Order: sequence, then C-alpha cells, then structure tokens
Amino acid sequence: MARAFTPKVITANDLLEGDVIYFTAEDTWTRHMSEAELITDEADAQLRLLEAEKQNIKIVGAYLADAKAGPNGPEPTHFREEFRRTGPSNYFHGKQEAQANV
Amino acid sequence: MYKYNEFDEAFLAERNAQFRAQVERRIDGSLTEEEFRPLRLMNGVYLQLHAYMLRVAIPYGTLNPDQMRALALLAEKWDRGYGHFTTRQNIQYNWPKLRDLPDMLDALGKVGLHAIQTSGNTIRNTTADHFAGAAAEEVTDPRPYAELIRQWSTDHPEFQFLGRKFKIAITGSNTDRAVIKAHDVGLQVIEQDGQIGFKVIVGGGLGRTPMIGKTLREFLPQADLLPYLESVLTVYNVLGRRDNKYKARIKITVSENGIDTYRAMTEEAFLTIRGQYDGTDQQLLEEFKAHFQAPEFRSASTEAFDTAYENDPVFRAWADTNLDQHRAEGHAIATISIKAHGATPGDASAEQIRVMADLAEQYGYGELRISHQQNVILPHVHKSDLPAIHAKLKEHGLATANLGLISDIIACPGMDYCNLATARSIPVAQEIATRFDELKLEHDIGHLQIKISGCINACGHHHVGHIGILGLDRAGVENYQITLGGDASENAAIGTRTGPGFAYDEIVPAVERIVETYLAIRENAEETFIETYRRVGMDPFKAALYPEAAKKVA
Repeated sequence: MARAFTPKVITANDLLEGDVIYFTAEDTWTRHMSEAELITDEADAQLRLLEAEKQNIKIVGAYLADAKAGPNGPEPTHFREEFRRTGPSNYFHGKQEAQANV
Repeated sequence: MYKYNEFDEAFLAERNAQFRAQVERRIDGSLTEEEFRPLRLMNGVYLQLHAYMLRVAIPYGTLNPDQMRALALLAEKWDRGYGHFTTRQNIQYNWPKLRDLPDMLDALGKVGLHAIQTSGNTIRNTTADHFAGAAAEEVTDPRPYAELIRQWSTDHPEFQFLGRKFKIAITGSNTDRAVIKAHDVGLQVIEQDGQIGFKVIVGGGLGRTPMIGKTLREFLPQADLLPYLESVLTVYNVLGRRDNKYKARIKITVSENGIDTYRAMTEEAFLTIRGQYDGTDQQLLEEFKAHFQAPEFRSASTEAFDTAYENDPVFRAWADTNLDQHRAEGHAIATISIKAHGATPGDASAEQIRVMADLAEQYGYGELRISHQQNVILPHVHKSDLPAIHAKLKEHGLATANLGLISDIIACPGMDYCNLATARSIPVAQEIATRFDELKLEHDIGHLQIKISGCINACGHHHVGHIGILGLDRAGVENYQITLGGDASENAAIGTRTGPGFAYDEIVPAVERIVETYLAIRENAEETFIETYRRVGMDPFKAALYPEAAKKVA
C-alpha cells in the first residue's frame, strides 16, 4: 500500500519584509499559519504550489511544508516549521511578538 | 589602521549604487529571485528563517570607534537594537528589510565598511589574530598582509565563481588565535634568516569533512604572497570538483589529489603568475604598513592598577581572566566578554557597542578588535586605565570575567535564525553558561572551550572545541552529538565523537557529567581539561556518559 500523504501548507518568505508567509485557499498570503490552506491531496499540492509561484514577484522560495489539522487551523509537524511560525527562542522577536501586540 | 583612499571610497559607492539598483529591479519584477540571489549574496544579504540577514565584514577583526558606532547605528535604526558578532570576524543583523539594505550599506560605506564577499563562492573576509599588533610574542603585525589580500581578492574577476567558498586566516604569532589550520588557506608570518615570510598551510576546514590543514610551503618570501596565493586559487579553480557541493572545498581537492601533487601544480602555476606581478603590490604593502604602525604607547605609573588589583576582588577576577600580555610596557590587552551568563554568545546591544567604542576612543588608542570567539577586544590599554574601564563595563553588563572558561562558548545562530540549521545552538549555550554559573564551578574548572554548531557546516567550530556539540535533526527531533579533544590552537586537532547523541533536555546534564568526570580525575588543579583528556583518553568520559553501556560490558 502506498504511504499515506502527509498534508501540506505552502509557505514562503515575503519579498520586502522577509518574514514567513502562508498561502491561503483564496490565493492570497497570510502571516498566520492557522489561516493557511491545508492541502490534503498529493496531486493538488503540486498544482497549488505552481499557483503560489505565480506570485514570485512578491514572495521568495515557496515550498510545501508538512502540516496537520488542528482545532484552529493548520499546525506544524516539525520543529523547524514551529520556529518559523513562532520566532527565535532567545528573544521575544518575530511572529510571537507580532501576535502578542494584536 | 587602514584608511580608505579616494579610489576605495569611489569603488564602494559605485558598488553600493549597483546593489541599490539591483534591489529596485527585484522589487519591480525585472529580476527574478534566481537572478537576484547571487547578487544579494555577493553583498552579504541572506534570507534566513524569519527575515533577511545582513553580514558585514570586519576585515582582520579591526575597527575604529567611528566604525563601531556605525555598527550601533545600524542595529538601532534598521534592526532590533543589537548585532551578532560571528565566528569569522563579521557582524550580522538578523532583522533588516529589503528596502533598507541599500541604506545600511551606504551608512557602512561612510566609515569604510562593507559586506562584499561575506557570502557566495568567493574569497571571504580574511580573518586574523585578534591580538595582532599587540601580543607580546608576535613576530610582526599580520594585518598589512591581510589588507593586501582583501584588496586583491575583492572583486577579483577570476575568483568570483569558485567551486565553493574560500576562507583565509592569518597570524603573526606562534600562538595561533586565528585557527589557521582549519581554513582553506592558513598563513603564519614567520622570520627566517632575518627575512619576513609565510608558512603556508592549505586544505584545512571544518564542516561535513573536518580536516587539519597541511603545510604547502615552509617559507614563502613576503614578496611572493599574492602571486603564490593566486597560484593556489588558480589550481583550485581548475582542479576542484564542481560535480558535488560536498566535495568542492579545497580540503577535498588536496586530500583527493595529495598534497605533493597540489604543491607541484601550485609551484608550476607560480612560475607563470609570478612574472605578472611588477612590484606594485609590494609598493602598496609598504603603504599599508604605514597605516598599521603601532600607536605611541605612553609611559605612566601602573599604581592605579596595582591598588585596584589588591583591593577589589571583582576587578582582580576580571583582570586575571580577561587580560593578556601586551608587547609595550605598562600596557595590557583587555578582552571584553559579550557572553554574560545566560546571554546569547556574540550579541551586543547598540548601547553596549557605543560604550565599547567610547572606551576605545578614551583609553584604547582608538582601536577595537572582534575575535572569532565572539568577543570584543581593546588591544592597547595602559594598565592605569583598567580600573576605570572595568567600572564602565560593569555598568553596561560587559564585565563578565569568563574568558577561556566554560561559559565563554562559541555558538552559531542555529535554528533560531539560520536557514541551514538542523537544531538550535543558542539556548544550549545559554543553559550551559547558566548552569555552571549556578554551580559556581567555572573558575575551578579553568580553561575549557565549548563550541556549538547547529548543523554539520560547523560555523560554531564544534570539531575544534575541547567539548564540541553538534545539533542534528534525528527523526524530527533535536539531537546533540558530543565530541571531545578538539583543539583550535597551534596544536589543532579534530575532536572524537563520544557515541550516540543526546536529546535537547539531556545535553546540559551530559556536559555536566563530562565536567564532573574531569574534576574527579585531573591530577591537580593546574591540569586543564584538554590535558586530562590527552592523558586518559575517551574511556572515563564515555563511562560517565553511557553508564548503561558500561554495565553491559562489565
């Protein structure tokens, strides 16, 4: 039996700000992973990535990252993506700070 | 110190203007990321996990107070109020915005600093002994030669697209503080029969395949430096592998072809290349030497120092660990630790950077150094000024007396910032420093270098740490391998792995067990960790780290 497909989100960095962004189901970009489109179909994933890359004029390095469904939307499965959606652990900088200021 | 002339200023302004235009073309869509990426990398701009990162070169680790203040300005105006001093005499800014980068480079250009060739497959910033021009035992100041290499290698058309990055380090002392044997090319300035020249070491490097450099030339006359380096690079450019990124560094080229073949090919190329040099480089070198003339060291009583040393135990502890012997009478080399216990190794706030600039201006003959060990140095200080310097440092959290001790840790940015990292290194360093501070053991432990890398590329020099820690991703979880017995000095050695790695929450206790073992088996308090390790080998440490395995054998 083929291995089950791990769901994905599409993530990249914003061209001007350099910060982490996620591709939504509406073909827009969000700074919150929870608002990203969770792609559960393997064939769909590559097509969605192509769609995201159409916006390469304002984003950098889009890729498919493993994710899982959580109560408030997609969540990371690997610690690298956890750091990307949170920020560094030595200072309260990056996304964790932005979210605290909402 | 080297002072830019009109040509240098014009070159840098032109280069920065080009980069500004490149940024604009990326933003308006004329350049794709694939086209823009090599251009930004050549100017020190990376895209990391959370943001862009700008890596600024501090050539041979030397700064004047105005340059230091410019680093503070960048931190404050375009970043998050701090800068990160790296393990190769650079400073990194972790949070710049793309549109601000050209302004940052212009601000640097005004004080004669740049970010050229701090990335990419080029000749990188030439690093030097951070005590250059000050150390008591030095043969000669290596920095004029480093400046010559900087000017030769900057924008050198033949070496802009090498097979891989290329790092050169230089020292003028027998005591190696520049890790020359772990560089692509290491140079040691030596004197032979009254002539100044270089011992040339090639093929050292850390990373995936760590190697200690081999001697390519026992004595290279001073005048042959550039043609010989050019020959080394020319051979590498042709012979070096481009089919496999992991086999592209010169250490692999030398090891696959043998040092004798590499030497023969270099000498052959040198026969042709030497003739292309007409002596202009040597005229320039003489000019540079004038730039690097030592200041007029003043003579004064050291009574203020002696009094403070006798009466102030905090000052005494700092003086005992953070001062080194200066070549001029009544003077000292003062190292400022920017590794307060629990702080991020190498990070300094804009305010701290300014305080250090002011101290250099007021007391330090206008000179600062940055070490690959991620500390800041006042290379020339009269001892009578040290109590005042120490008092000022204390006010700004810069008076930590831990040089060369267990909390003076080298650590790369790791997965808190770096795109290549496989695990974090900063919090591991923070926790080790905090733990041994709590135990109040570090002065008793004595000289012990811990070096931590967050991936196999080894920016944290873990291979040459007395205790090396390498962070890896093992099945989606951070895991840390330990090596023991590495050495970054003139007795350079690659550490040996202890065995299986440790989980994130096991790594600090593991280090503690290693240190406890050392304290229990050292012959006396004078025997350092590395001496004990060399005497007894790996076994006692292994037994302490893996008690279960030891039981099975028994």
